[in-house]
This record gives sequence, structure tokens and C-alpha cells, in this order.
Amino acid sequence: MKNDPKNLLRYTPSERGNHWLTALLVFLAGLSGLSFFEPLYYPLTLLFAGGVWTRILHPFFGVMTLISFAVMYAHFRQLNVMTHADWEWLRHVRELINSDDRNMPEAGKFNGGQKLMFWLMVACLALLLLSGIVIWRAYFSFLFPIGLVRFASVVHAASAAAMIGLILFHIYAGIWTRESIDAMLYGRVRRAWAKQHHPAWFREMSGGGK
Amino acid sequence: MALQSLDVIRRSATSTSPPGQRQTQEVVKLIDISKCIGCKACQVACMEWNDTRDAIGINHGVLDNPPDLTENSWTVMRYAEVETNRGLEWLIRKDGCMHCAEPGCLKACPAPGAIVQYSNGIVDFQEKNCIGCGYCITGCPFNIPRLSKRDSKVYKCTLCSDRVAVGLEPACVKTCPTGAIVFGAKDDMLHHAEGRIVDLKSRGFADAGIYNPQGIGGTHVMYVLQYADKPEIYHSLPKNPSIGAMVGIWKDGAKPLASLLFGAGVIGAVLHYVTKGPNEVSEDIEKEFKDEKRP
Repeated sequence: MKNDPKNLLRYTPSERGNHWLTALLVFLAGLSGLSFFEPLYYPLTLLFAGGVWTRILHPFFGVMTLISFAVMYAHFRQLNVMTHADWEWLRHVRELINSDDRNMPEAGKFNGGQKLMFWLMVACLALLLLSGIVIWRAYFSFLFPIGLVRFASVVHAASAAAMIGLILFHIYAGIWTRESIDAMLYGRVRRAWAKQHHPAWFREMSGGGK
Repeated sequence: MALQSLDVIRRSATSTSPPGQRQTQEVVKLIDISKCIGCKACQVACMEWNDTRDAIGINHGVLDNPPDLTENSWTVMRYAEVETNRGLEWLIRKDGCMHCAEPGCLKACPAPGAIVQYSNGIVDFQEKNCIGCGYCITGCPFNIPRLSKRDSKVYKCTLCSDRVAVGLEPACVKTCPTGAIVFGAKDDMLHHAEGRIVDLKSRGFADAGIYNPQGIGGTHVMYVLQYADKPEIYHSLPKNPSIGAMVGIWKDGAKPLASLLFGAGVIGAVLHYVTKGPNEVSEDIEKEFKDEKRP
């Protein structure tokens, strides 16, 4: 049973819903945005009923992503505060990538890598929002001087590329760490999984047992 | 413009060759500001030929009417009152698309075929392919393209590409009563400009010269200026226009770099997965929790 009550609850239904809604919106915003970024990706406009509709929809996908992410931010901000142990974890991350976890510092509910990912995404989305408003030609661009519009175009493209890179990494980390996608889909994780990947959180959840 | 052209040398957001079998002569529209009397016949001719009509606006204190280029007014006379060493002068500049040899609009445009450049030098918008993002406005060094509020497409001077294609001069040239606007082969126009500059110099305009800025590879609309050393006095004509570093980074730097990053990321992930394998729960921990069902 995926939802065996013996398993530990990692994400509540609303957290999971919020996550997957954000993921969907990030995909919509990302795929529509890529089509303007580089002619190679222009065929992606076919997913959104053509170039004009893609141009109309993309900024709204962006705004909806922001709103959905803002909920996630408010909810997970405290859990993602970087501690000394997290930086220590990050210093050992190369060993983990090489499949050697013997010397990894104990991770809490989120490890240093996940926390860093969280803050990098916050930074990218903040840049995307600010620059996106400046280059939103239909409603806002006329309010800004041309030099700023040009600068914002670069910022938007660069932070979007970084964001896509982060998302690709995030997806791969989920695939690589077996059962972690299940955790986000169904909410509960096996106790063994918790002890393996998030030992400090495991102890907290099981009241300092095993 | 919907006519098929076989003389396209650049096409926006397209990495393969556009249909360019036919090579045509480079053309130039030369605007001699010293001969312009500001009658606006060119503005009228432009609207007549292109069948555009601007809304009736308001007088805003000077003769510029309409006060700015619009999606319907593809050329506008700009009147500048300037103090020069000859006293107060009225410098009247016919503003509009300069048809740059290296067009910033075309470089910035993300929609395949929404902007093309013909081998005769004309930069033409193909509104049927325009998606209305306004990136051309961001890329233009002269602030020319205008987004229509009616259809969200961008419009600007076509240099009457439809007339030029059948051997006619642009409508503004045809109508100019003083001969301030002339049109023809690039070499002829440069030669004509030289004659005008010699004449102006003999009349005391020591700094007379041609405006054909090289930062954008030259233009296919050129001016003869009485004060070529100070183009900015002609209603802010930029002295050294260029596409700009930001547009360059955006369009030349970021695009290939990011695609490379995505590709390297995906390949790296696959290589990592097949060499290192998945990150699973270790056998020791699994033994501790034997009672749990493994997935």
C-alpha cells in the first residue's frame, strides 16, 4: 500500500497539490517561453495554438506560476532555512554524487542541496517576475525606458535558462533518488527510505527511535 | 506584404537560407534636410499609398503632427528649432525607418519570417507572421516600430517595397515637391550626396555631410545634414546608433549558451545514471526494516 499508515507522512495532500500545480505551470511557462527564446524551440508554439496565442498566454502562465509558488514559499520557507549542517552537507555532496554516502552529514527533512535549490528557484522567479513585467509589451513596456527594457530582456532570458537548468536538475534528482517521486505523489515514505535519505528527520518523526 | 519574394537575404528567427536566388541592386532613399520645406506632402503620400489613416489628434504646440510615429503614420516630420552659428534655424527631419543594413528589429524578432530583409536593402515586416511581442521595438536603435492597438501587429515604413519591386520609387519620393527626397541605386545616391555636400560647403556649411551610420552597417535611408557633426540637433538623431550590447548578449550570447547548458545537463544526467546507478536505500537499512514491504 502506498498509503500504509506505518509509513511516514512527508507531504500533506495540499502540499502535494500545490507542488504539482506549480510544476504544471512551470512547464507551461517554460515551454511557451522557450519558443520566443530561440527559433529552434519555436515549434513549441503549436502546443499553445500558435505564436500569437503563445505570446498572449506566456506572461499569464508566469503570473500563475508566481502565485502558486508564493503559496509554496510561504509554506516551506521556515523548513528551508540553511543551517551550518546544510553547508557541511553541501561540502560532501560530491561523495554522494559518486554513490558514497558513508560520510554524509545527517540531513533533516530537506538536505542542503534541496534547500539551496529552493532558494535558487526563489531568486530566479523573483528575477523573472521583475524583468517579465518590464518586457510585457501589451501592458507595461511603454512605462520603461528602452535601455531598461533591453536589460530586462537579458535578465529574463538568463534567469529563465538558469531556472530550466534547476528544474532539469530537480527532476533528475527525483528520478535518481528512488521513491522520492512517490513521496511527492502519494505523501508517505517508507521508514527505511527516511532513515537512508533524511536520518535527522527520521529520528524526529519516530521520536528518537531506531 | 504578401507577394512572394525571391530576393530575401535575412529572415527573422530562421537559421537556414531564405529564398534569395534573385540578387537585386541595393537601393537608398536620400533625404536632403537642407532642401526640405516641411510641407508634409510625404506624410500624406505615405498614407495615401499605404491606405492608412491616423485619428485626428490635437495640436500640441509645435508643427509635428501627429506628435509621434504611429501604426498608421509611418513617417513624421520632426521640427527642431536650433541655435547654430548662423542664428535660429529650423531643422526639419523626415523620421521613419532607416532600413539598417544590420537591422536590430530583425535580430530581436522571435517569430520566423515576421521580418525580412531583401537584397535591395529594404527591411520589411510581414505582419501575417507577427506575434505582437514587441521585441523589434526593443531591438530597434531608432525607436521606429509601432504596435497597433487594433490588431497587436507591428507596423513601420516599408520603403514602399511593393512599389520598388515593380520599379517605382517610394510614394514619399514621388510626391516631394522640392526634390529633398531622392531614390535610386546606392552608389548613385552616395554620388548625389557628395555633390550636395560640396554645394552646402560652398554655402558656408563647413560640417555638411552624409548620415549613413556604420555601427549598424550603414542604412538604406540616408540624410544629408548641414551639421553632420551634430546629428543629435536634428530632433535627437542618434550620433552612433548601434544594436547595443544588451541585445547582442540576449540574442547572440544567451541562446547558444543556454541550449548547450540544457543539452549538457541532460547528457550528464543520463551518463551519471548509467555509471553510478540510482540512489537507493542501502541493504543494511532495508534489513533493519524487514517488516516493511519494499516497493
